[in-house]
Amino acid sequence: MQADPLLHVDGLDVRLGDVPLIRNVTLCLDEGQMLGLVGESGCGKSVTALAVMRLLAEPPMRVAAGSIRHAGRDLLSLRESELCAVRGRDIGMIFQEPMTSLNPAFRIGQQIAETLLLHERVSRSVARQRAAELLETVGFPAPDAALRRYPHQLSGGQRQRVMIAIALVCRPKVLIADEPTTALDVTVQAQILELLASLRREHRLAVLLITHDLGVVRSYCDRVAVMYSGEVVEQGRTDEVFAAPRHRYTRALMRTIPAANPPGGRLPAIAGSVPPPQQRPPGCAFAPRCDAALPRCAVEPAALVGQSHRVRCWNPAP
Amino acid sequence: MTLLRVDKLSKHYPSESGEPVQALDEVSFTLARGEVLGVVGESGCGKSTLGRALLRLIEPNGGHVLFDGVDIATVSSRALKRLRRDLQIVFQDPFGSLNPRHTVAQLIGEPLIVHRIGTPSERRTRIQELLEMVGLPADAADKRAHAFSGGQRQRIAIARALALQPRLLVADEAVSALDVSIQSQIINLLAELQARFSIALLFISHDLSVVRHVSDRIAVMYLGRIVEIGPTESLMTAACHPYTQALISAVPRLDQLAAQRIVLDGELPDPAHPPPGCAFASRCPHVMDICRTVRPDLLARRAAARTTDAHSACHLHPPL
Repeated sequence: MQADPLLHVDGLDVRLGDVPLIRNVTLCLDEGQMLGLVGESGCGKSVTALAVMRLLAEPPMRVAAGSIRHAGRDLLSLRESELCAVRGRDIGMIFQEPMTSLNPAFRIGQQIAETLLLHERVSRSVARQRAAELLETVGFPAPDAALRRYPHQLSGGQRQRVMIAIALVCRPKVLIADEPTTALDVTVQAQILELLASLRREHRLAVLLITHDLGVVRSYCDRVAVMYSGEVVEQGRTDEVFAAPRHRYTRALMRTIPAANPPGGRLPAIAGSVPPPQQRPPGCAFAPRCDAALPRCAVEPAALVGQSHRVRCWNPAP
Repeated sequence: MTLLRVDKLSKHYPSESGEPVQALDEVSFTLARGEVLGVVGESGCGKSTLGRALLRLIEPNGGHVLFDGVDIATVSSRALKRLRRDLQIVFQDPFGSLNPRHTVAQLIGEPLIVHRIGTPSERRTRIQELLEMVGLPADAADKRAHAFSGGQRQRIAIARALALQPRLLVADEAVSALDVSIQSQIINLLAELQARFSIALLFISHDLSVVRHVSDRIAVMYLGRIVEIGPTESLMTAACHPYTQALISAVPRLDQLAAQRIVLDGELPDPAHPPPGCAFASRCPHVMDICRTVRPDLLARRAAARTTDAHSACHLHPPL
């Protein structure tokens, strides 16, 4: 019998009042894997991450259907006190803006130790020791000095390293990283992504990496799920999906990137824009912008079909 | 033909510690009529300061900006106002740069009124022309900016910038806030209009792949200075400066895995206390003793890999 996946999101629906924000999202993450959840603003990737952590603003948002299981345990049925034990200990999370996630009034060392003291019965000196170790793991050359600093004394990249240290202090098996490098410069982004890759290699950390950047997914993730307008439209192994994207949206998105085109020429653009959640068409949400749409695409929603490489499209590319 | 000649342009800001922060340190380059120069670099490298100092939206502390022979950096405010017809800018944030109380017609028509161009009916015609030019429907004129998406707002900002038929346009991260699928629409629009009206374009962005796509030449900035400048393709395929190489290699690409990446160690130096030598020395994988003491100038240098004009500020390559 196969063991439960580390994180299994199945058929997840999240609504804001009556408006569906995400529909029927299914994701699976195993030890040592990095899954890229990719899409444009408003596609529902952050809502998915917040739902997994049970951090949705409930109400008005709510999980309307589906399940979220961590190592076989149903997170949706847990009480708030039980959830607090899961967050930070079993599943860590980092966000896009490290400055607003850190408390400006406390030293770095205290903020890392706080998480540990909350979840484990350890002394302050042990917690401090562990905080220093972690700062070294995430690449601070002088961890003891860094412990005494305040967030405003650090650069953006250093702050994100501190966030990663906080997320990892209880040795969680799963890390949810929501656009962790979007606010950072590209050379600093490379440092942070290399750090995540090494944590995954050496500590078998499972990472759900949420990003809008297809290049990041291609470079670092072994699996990818592409979201559009609240749904996963394509998912599979990164090399397969990038070698032969089948959903028309994935294809169009990859073609529209400047790096994928000869310099100076006209970029293949996707006409129109993403429909807001309350104005999604009845059929495929991408149909109004799709140049390969069939008559049924406008009226009938497609299902996500396929074995390892799955696609939600009535007229997928061959 | 050279339209713009920037010569040792500098700008420093006072800091809390009292020592000035050098945001722009003796930057020099030229821009020809109808040419696109991409300016790329990371946060704090001075690229936005450069764009604003060129148009004298901020006062430079030293140097010259010769536009068609007139020095923008020192010209009187009356003459500057006349010059501004030829100098326009598009900003990153189309939410912050468009007045929410004005209709699109007012936003686009304002430069025409400021410069007293045309009668009201001529201006209305011109506004319709501009809307069509940037791909907005004619009925957009009576709406306010909040009725539009980010991409459409950027079209409005472009229409406003082009209303006076400028000869120099600065685009400061003009497509950076947009989603990928919208970004390509706006890049296409900017490129098309730039070529159609032979506008000299200073395209400032942190995104090297976008800069590569639109630029004839690229200038790479680091800590207030240009460290390398050259024709786009030769710079991208045979970069001289180790920082340019790291920057190019750090961009995650669809056709390349992470393995070949140059990952830099360390952080940017404090701009209030720049090191005496090369500012990149603290992170450079090829650093030599001289780099820590002598600041390299931006010069034509001999680089084996390059066949065309290469200007870099790096001791690795001897000056020609």
